Amino acid sequence: MIALVQLASEETEPAFLPPLPELVIGTLAFLLVVLYLGKKLLPNLNKVLDERRVAIEGGLEKAKAAQDEAQQVLDDYRAQLAEARNEAARLRQDAQEHGAAMVAEMRTEGERQRDEIVAAGRAQVEADRQTAAASLRQDVGKLAIDLADRIVGESMKDAARQERTIDRFLDALEAKPADTTKAEVTR
Amino acid sequence: MSADQMLAFETDCHIFDGCGFPTPGLHSFVFEPLFTVGGIEVNKPMLLAVLSSVVVIVFLWAAFGRAKLVPGKLQMVGEAGYDFIRKGIVYEALGKKEGEKYVPLMVSLFFFIWMMNLWSIIPVAQFPVTSIIAYPAGLALLVYLIWVPLTFKRHGFIGGIKNITGYNKDLGWVLPLVMVLELFSNLLIRPFTHAVRLFANMFAGHVLLLIFTIASWYLLNGIGIAYAGVSFVMVILLTAFEMFIQALQAYVFVLLACSYIQGALAEHH
Repeated sequence: MIALVQLASEETEPAFLPPLPELVIGTLAFLLVVLYLGKKLLPNLNKVLDERRVAIEGGLEKAKAAQDEAQQVLDDYRAQLAEARNEAARLRQDAQEHGAAMVAEMRTEGERQRDEIVAAGRAQVEADRQTAAASLRQDVGKLAIDLADRIVGESMKDAARQERTIDRFLDALEAKPADTTKAEVTR
Repeated sequence: MSADQMLAFETDCHIFDGCGFPTPGLHSFVFEPLFTVGGIEVNKPMLLAVLSSVVVIVFLWAAFGRAKLVPGKLQMVGEAGYDFIRKGIVYEALGKKEGEKYVPLMVSLFFFIWMMNLWSIIPVAQFPVTSIIAYPAGLALLVYLIWVPLTFKRHGFIGGIKNITGYNKDLGWVLPLVMVLELFSNLLIRPFTHAVRLFANMFAGHVLLLIFTIASWYLLNGIGIAYAGVSFVMVILLTAFEMFIQALQAYVFVLLACSYIQGALAEHH
């Protein structure tokens, strides 16, 4: 190798032999870069990078918090929605039950009123029948007495006797087949 | 500024003009001094080395000088590079705890070497500073001066020797041989290969570019013009290839530096 260097140096300046000025200048130029970068720029840059890391982590934490909150809100909303659904279902059921109860009540009320009306009707009819029967009884009695009066010619003006006679007649009449009498009356 | 100082070849030489092909060679890497500062003759590579330092510092200052929480474009680019070296190389090799204090060195190494390589394809400069052995050698020496003392500091003198010589009792009778080889390999050859790997890659790349660039110009006469076109296409392709190699070699240099430091910190294997 030494021979090679010598050979080269005989021809021209050798490319392999490091000349001192170049070695020194090259190394110094480099040391300048290292010093400036190492002492000045990188500490500053690393500080900024750390700050950035913190900022990003802070951002991530914020995002996490926001996400959690959003999740919380969503859960709340879902819970509320479920509750509202339950409430609605409950109300619907209540309404149904209530409606059914009302219908049943109305029905019983209606039935009751109908029964009342029917009963009132029946009572009225009965009363009318009785009135009619009483009036008829009086008329029939009167007619019979008049008839008998005329036939017998006997004065039957005495009220007490008249009354007794009518009653007797009517009792006899009712004691006879009642249906026929009744049929006669209604007719 | 004469052609001798800036250009790699004569400009008035063409094929069929009775002029031989001005082959690039070692002489293409020798530059006459441009000017003298304080007794030091400054030539083009020196100027470019200093400019590399300036460019890298300006870039890093512009990117990180007023680093903001929400990065601008330039800061984002700078941070991408910074993170690439820090997490992709240093943390990978050394771990976060041990590696942190080597991050500035490695980031600087990467950007500085890349810039010195990049001059290769930057018009007017068009010369990779690292193809002069002095520049990679200086950087490799710096790395060497970090990891060798670190070995002894970490393991003590005996432990350091064991670490460097790959001492391992299980090897039995081959142990002395292994120790001698490892000693040579680690202590003597390693810094050399570290520097030469970068130097040789950039040297070869520059020679390739020179050959086709010079040929493109040299063939520009008569029928040669057709060949000049082919040669020029090669220049473009090789320029693209060099762009890749420049970044790759800067990466490799940093990767090796990290792996040497990692070896120094490691327990015996």
